[in-house]
Amino acid sequence: MSDIREYMKNNILYLDGGMGTLLQKRGLKPGELPERWNITHPEIITELQKAYYDAGSNVVYTNTFGANSLKFEPDELRAIVQGAIDAARAARDQSETPHEKFIALDIGPMGRLLKPYGDMDFDEAVEVYAQTIRIGAEYGVDLIDIETMNDSYDTKAALLAAKENSDLPVIVTNAYGEDGKLMTGASPAAMIAMLEGMGADAVGANCSLGPEQLRGVVEEYIKYASVPVILKPNAGLPRSENGETVYDVTPDEFASIMREYACMGVRVLGGCCGTTPDYIRATVEKTAPDMAEITARTPVTDKNITFISSYTHAVEFKDSPILIGERINPTGKKRFKQALRDQDIDYILGEGLRQQDAGAHVLDVNVGLPEIDEPELLDRVTCELQAIIDLPLQIDTTDPVAMERALRHYNGKALINSVNGKQEIMDVIFPLVAKYGGLCVALTLDEDGIPESAERRVEIAEHIIEEAAKYGIGRKDLLFDTLAMTISADTKAALATLKSLHEIRTRLGCHTSLGVSNISFGLPARELVTSTFFALALEEGLSAAIMNPHSQEMMKVYYTYRALHDLDENCMDYITFADNYVPAGPAPGQAAGGNAGAAGPATDAGTKSQTGDDYGSPLKRAIVKGLKEQAANLTRDLLAEGRQSLDIVNEEIIPALDIVGQGFEAKKMYLPQLLMSAEASQSAFEIIKADMAAHPGEAVSRGKFVIATVHGDIHDIGKNIVKLIMENYGFEVYDLGKDVPPEDVVAKAEETGAPIVGLSALMTTTVPAMEETIRQLRAKLPEVKTVVGGAVLTQEYADEIGADFYARDAMATVRYALDVVEGKI
Amino acid sequence: MSVTSPILVRTYDPKECPQLSAINMDEVMRYGGMMISRTPVPPDTRDESVGEVRALIDECASEVLPMLAYKVCYRHIDVTWDGDSPVLPFDSHRSRNLAHNLEGCTAGVMFAATIGVGIDRLITRYNHSSPSKALILQALGAERVEALCDLFNAQIEEEAVAKGMSLRPRFSPGYGDLPLTVQKDFMTLLDCAHLIGINLNESLLMSPSKSVTAIIGMK
Repeated sequence: MSDIREYMKNNILYLDGGMGTLLQKRGLKPGELPERWNITHPEIITELQKAYYDAGSNVVYTNTFGANSLKFEPDELRAIVQGAIDAARAARDQSETPHEKFIALDIGPMGRLLKPYGDMDFDEAVEVYAQTIRIGAEYGVDLIDIETMNDSYDTKAALLAAKENSDLPVIVTNAYGEDGKLMTGASPAAMIAMLEGMGADAVGANCSLGPEQLRGVVEEYIKYASVPVILKPNAGLPRSENGETVYDVTPDEFASIMREYACMGVRVLGGCCGTTPDYIRATVEKTAPDMAEITARTPVTDKNITFISSYTHAVEFKDSPILIGERINPTGKKRFKQALRDQDIDYILGEGLRQQDAGAHVLDVNVGLPEIDEPELLDRVTCELQAIIDLPLQIDTTDPVAMERALRHYNGKALINSVNGKQEIMDVIFPLVAKYGGLCVALTLDEDGIPESAERRVEIAEHIIEEAAKYGIGRKDLLFDTLAMTISADTKAALATLKSLHEIRTRLGCHTSLGVSNISFGLPARELVTSTFFALALEEGLSAAIMNPHSQEMMKVYYTYRALHDLDENCMDYITFADNYVPAGPAPGQAAGGNAGAAGPATDAGTKSQTGDDYGSPLKRAIVKGLKEQAANLTRDLLAEGRQSLDIVNEEIIPALDIVGQGFEAKKMYLPQLLMSAEASQSAFEIIKADMAAHPGEAVSRGKFVIATVHGDIHDIGKNIVKLIMENYGFEVYDLGKDVPPEDVVAKAEETGAPIVGLSALMTTTVPAMEETIRQLRAKLPEVKTVVGGAVLTQEYADEIGADFYARDAMATVRYALDVVEGKI
Repeated sequence: MSVTSPILVRTYDPKECPQLSAINMDEVMRYGGMMISRTPVPPDTRDESVGEVRALIDECASEVLPMLAYKVCYRHIDVTWDGDSPVLPFDSHRSRNLAHNLEGCTAGVMFAATIGVGIDRLITRYNHSSPSKALILQALGAERVEALCDLFNAQIEEEAVAKGMSLRPRFSPGYGDLPLTVQKDFMTLLDCAHLIGINLNESLLMSPSKSVTAIIGMK
């Protein structure tokens, strides 16, 4: 028997068809687990699988779709997987047709959703898949197939488990909806980028729809995939006829469409729900006679596409420049450093969201500070960012341990920053790229430092390409950075960078990236130099830039370059940009590269709203009315006028919040309004915090407060509301998130010395966890007060579990906390 | 027991379903905590700050509506009786409330409905950057999935009436004394994860969070 990877190069590979409906016809009851039949009715499994081999299938999937440790105990799981392989072996032995026959260990989705949608950890998911794969690989199969996956993260977990626990070939198919996306949003290109990067041997689509409805998905696979493409569709759509499920595509129609796809370049053909051996036979009969011709016309070739992906989409490096937002990085940013030390994730996420709004295509993530646990924080920030932002991330760290953790948990194919020509660095980084996939930024420096000459930089690039090839990493997955150095130190610096950039792009055929802003370090009006350099570099073949997307000068270069290079149809993007373009005037008091939203006028600054009306001052009014941008602008104005931060907090923000709080308590204002005001005051606080980071010494804390949603509970909206309102009243809030073990709450309270701990629970089932948390707090920190709240709680319940206070809403928590810190309780 | 009747899927495009195209503002106000005692604040009230909330709802709606995917999977079942307990494809744990709801029924429909997972990610995102939007999105999602259930329910009713039958109000796992553990049976019997992407977590909560399962009795 040949290696299936070799076989696919020159042959169409035929898979099997559906099992579920056939098993039901043979008496499988609804709700009964079909995998148990491997033990109770192995002869039926063998008979059905033999029929597929007889019909022309090269590959039969073992009956192990749902065989995992979440559904079966270890002993039964082993028996089921081994029984399934035995049944398939018997089918192969009994089938007398002469064609090549393989057995694939079938891995379906485990049936639990991963975080952030569900409650399962990525590493836990890998372990679930690993258990089944270890049993199957040890017992002996020819390959592993991962199928019907409708979530990109789940697919990654399964493929990683296969790669870490066997050397077998792995083929992967995903289930796409009518919108051409996975249930959790991924496009075919995104899946291809990630799966090829991780070493899948063939990729494609199965299930969910009939062959015709999958046309768009098939076309995208053929366009992007460099490995063989698989299609295993349903027999059309199911409907009910006299209480039986029937499908609307006949074997002959099915086979005709499959032939068409084979001629377009699909190399692996099979069927899913509703298909039977007849569908496979018809497909083989329509394609096998001129197979050699079909495969010769559509060889499997490397498409040489340079792309990365997020959990929804791929970003391709081609002609249009890619903007990598540089703002998630502590270098030179006091406020950001403070956020890292405080583990203020919301601030970091805010930087990400603002860059996305400003037009970044990729976000660089760098959280390196000497005093923090970088592997822990980089991992956390990566996971939090990909929970809310659909841009691909650039994992930026010099710590290989941090790099590996972040790459492992990244949901997609990441941009990796970086490798260079030093042997010891390549020895550490390339194995990670080979395992997890990724597009790797490669700096043209080596043990001797950064060469002055362009020629030497190109030589280093060539050496890096050779070294990467040893790990199976192609040049399409290297993004060369020829290092922009400041011209204030050496006025030849830019020339060397540009020349080597041009050489690498044109002669070596690799894509390129630069951290462009270094070029102007030490010079006045840096943006002028940086943006001109950016334009020059683009002309020399720069594919991507690490830059500040809030810089209007940089964005100007980006949009005009695209318009001038025929990359912007009808100049539409440029025209939109120009509509919002504000010509540079006298600096408005803020340092360059400072706050977000510099471009464009404030949207909610009406004339009437600038006055105080009945509220005593414009800022109070803005906060009461929930006007975020206006509150920020007014605060900035007050600071510029010389008002002290503390004054603004005590005389403007807190009184405004009191107006809203009292309105809420009197039921004249409602929860959404309370929140909108809180957000407006938070934007005012952000300005004040930035001011304080620049002028340390002042502090406005009213006291510390630890808050958590208790263990087992994943609801956090109530907790977030309380957090926000408490912050607005000047409390330093330590938010532990949701599903927090009691020990963690105690540890945080002890570490911070907070006098009050807030606990939230939504479900009756998690109230015991709340009780346990209070018990542990009492034992260790008897002086700490506990406030509880959440949908199921009542005063009686709170008393029963020993809480100090039951807060029916966020304002009640504030009142109580103020009493505690003011010594009234 | 004809539980072997097929599991079917219906997907709805709001452009083609007038019942899904309009948002019930009263319901959104109610789910969003905008209540005067037991009635929602009238959305057209002249109070300026209610107008701000109304604008926020419109903003959230325009952002989230395009990412919703309305899907239902269901199957017809027979309902037989063992004394005063219904015999169903799942163990009803001797639920008296469900027995009462199904009283006199000989058939029924089990279904699961969802508006998809896109809204969940948006809610997670706004939990960080704008809790007021997160709250409004929660409310909008609750209103949308209920509207989907109402639409599906109305279609089933039409089909039942044509056969001379009538419907009982829909009844979900977790209502009254029907334990939430029955969700597991619904997931298996309706093949929810595979067909419309609903999964259960360890606490038996559904993801996407804006999903509903229920049984509708017929007599």
